[in-house]
Amino acid sequence: MEMLRRMLGLLAGDPQADRAVPPTGFTARLTLMSAAAMAFLAVFALAMSLATGRLADRWSEELARTSTLRISAPADQMQAQTAAAVEVLRTTPGVAEARPLTAEEQRALLEPWFGPDLPVETLPIPQLIEIIEEGEGYDPAGLRARLQAEVPGAILDDHGRWREPLVQAAGRLRLLAWVSIGLIALTTAAMITLAANAALAANAQVIRVMRLVGARDVYIARAFVRRFTLRALVGAAVGTVLGLLAVLALPSTDVAGGFLTGLGFQGWHWLWPLTIPPLAALVSFFATRQAALRSLGEQS
Amino acid sequence: MIELDNVAYSYGGGELFSSVTLSLPPGSFHFLTGPSGAGKTTLLKLCYGELTATAGQVRLFGQDTRSLGRDDIAQLRRRIGVVHQDCQFLDHLPVAENIALPLTVAGRDGAPEDLEDLLGWVGLRRQAGQLPPELSGGERQRAALARAVIMSPDVILADEPTGNVDWDMSQRLLTLLIELNRMGKTVLIATHDLSLIRAAKSEVEARVLRLKDRRIQAAGANL
Repeated sequence: MEMLRRMLGLLAGDPQADRAVPPTGFTARLTLMSAAAMAFLAVFALAMSLATGRLADRWSEELARTSTLRISAPADQMQAQTAAAVEVLRTTPGVAEARPLTAEEQRALLEPWFGPDLPVETLPIPQLIEIIEEGEGYDPAGLRARLQAEVPGAILDDHGRWREPLVQAAGRLRLLAWVSIGLIALTTAAMITLAANAALAANAQVIRVMRLVGARDVYIARAFVRRFTLRALVGAAVGTVLGLLAVLALPSTDVAGGFLTGLGFQGWHWLWPLTIPPLAALVSFFATRQAALRSLGEQS
Repeated sequence: MIELDNVAYSYGGGELFSSVTLSLPPGSFHFLTGPSGAGKTTLLKLCYGELTATAGQVRLFGQDTRSLGRDDIAQLRRRIGVVHQDCQFLDHLPVAENIALPLTVAGRDGAPEDLEDLLGWVGLRRQAGQLPPELSGGERQRAALARAVIMSPDVILADEPTGNVDWDMSQRLLTLLIELNRMGKTVLIATHDLSLIRAAKSEVEARVLRLKDRRIQAAGANL
């Protein structure tokens, strides 16, 4: 709270003291550009993190609630075995719905590999039954035993085999996105520290004069810190706006697009990027303060 | 006010001076003279805490500088006005703002008419809005003197204040410093200009110290 109060006081500023440091210089442009570029990247990292989070949740939820029964049988027995399997499933506790996929649905599943107009009816392909679970779900071992006895050609796939790696992959992507945000913050701090050190070195004469007239280190540092914090805030605001415009310009979600077109913000998540400029200012505040006090200590 | 007790200062492996004992009582007027490189500037820097003695004790207003932090030194420096030969200004600020800088740093609001009076006292009213690089050597020295006294310090330390100005201007600066001493300020002027010292001796009771052969000596009447 005290730090927040000091930061707000700093941003409100002491215009008189602020004038002690010459207003322009290459470090001003460097800080603005670095903050803008880093904020732009941070918007994308944030969008990626939120999108992978949503993806992991969706995959996890959808795959956890469904499973597939595959029936491989000679063509003349297919209909009977399918009916028998549906009957078994209908009487299984934890199964809300069991529905054999239509020929069109099976064709659509195969279309990405075999192209359109595949004559599914003439091919010896298995019949798929979609199972939707309810409550605590069914007992897979018990169901397998019953199916073995009553529908010998049925194989139950409860999605566990590939659900876990998918959710894990999405989780890791999310982690990577957060690590990227952390690295962006660190890089911003490093760049601003370098720019602040350059500014302090370029203003050695200013520092000498300020000391001569009785300025304390904190007073001298404040003039630099305020300037760099404001520059980082403005630069990050510009970068964030550009990043948001770029995210808005991404193609909208469609069936073919899958994950990539889902990269973006949804609902109140659009508010998240608004935290980037103040966070950049906070990083700049601490980086410049640290650099200034260390540099002033070394110069004494 | 300022006391140096058996002070030594070493620099780059060599000893610049040692066993220096000096006291600047309130209201006194001192000249510090000696050949170039004798350590006059260094001694002055010890007197306002910019440097720390390698041996001995420096007391500013009764406080041992060894026990003071940088912020304490900065606080004490507000009671000491310093005039350098090279003046050192913030070149992007007008002369008036440079002169008022000690007040700004101390968070004090000086009355504008006081600043006007001060500018008039050093003869720089017309130059108040100019930038320091636009001033002549003498004007810069007077601006530095005005900045040194704006906080009404107890002590004025001047390092070769007349080094870059002609004789008339050096007389004018000396007159200003003597006026300050008459107001009760302690003044120490480091200079190698013996004519300045001779000129001052008729106006003020000044003690002359000579820094030579790494020691400080009271100068004789042969100045």
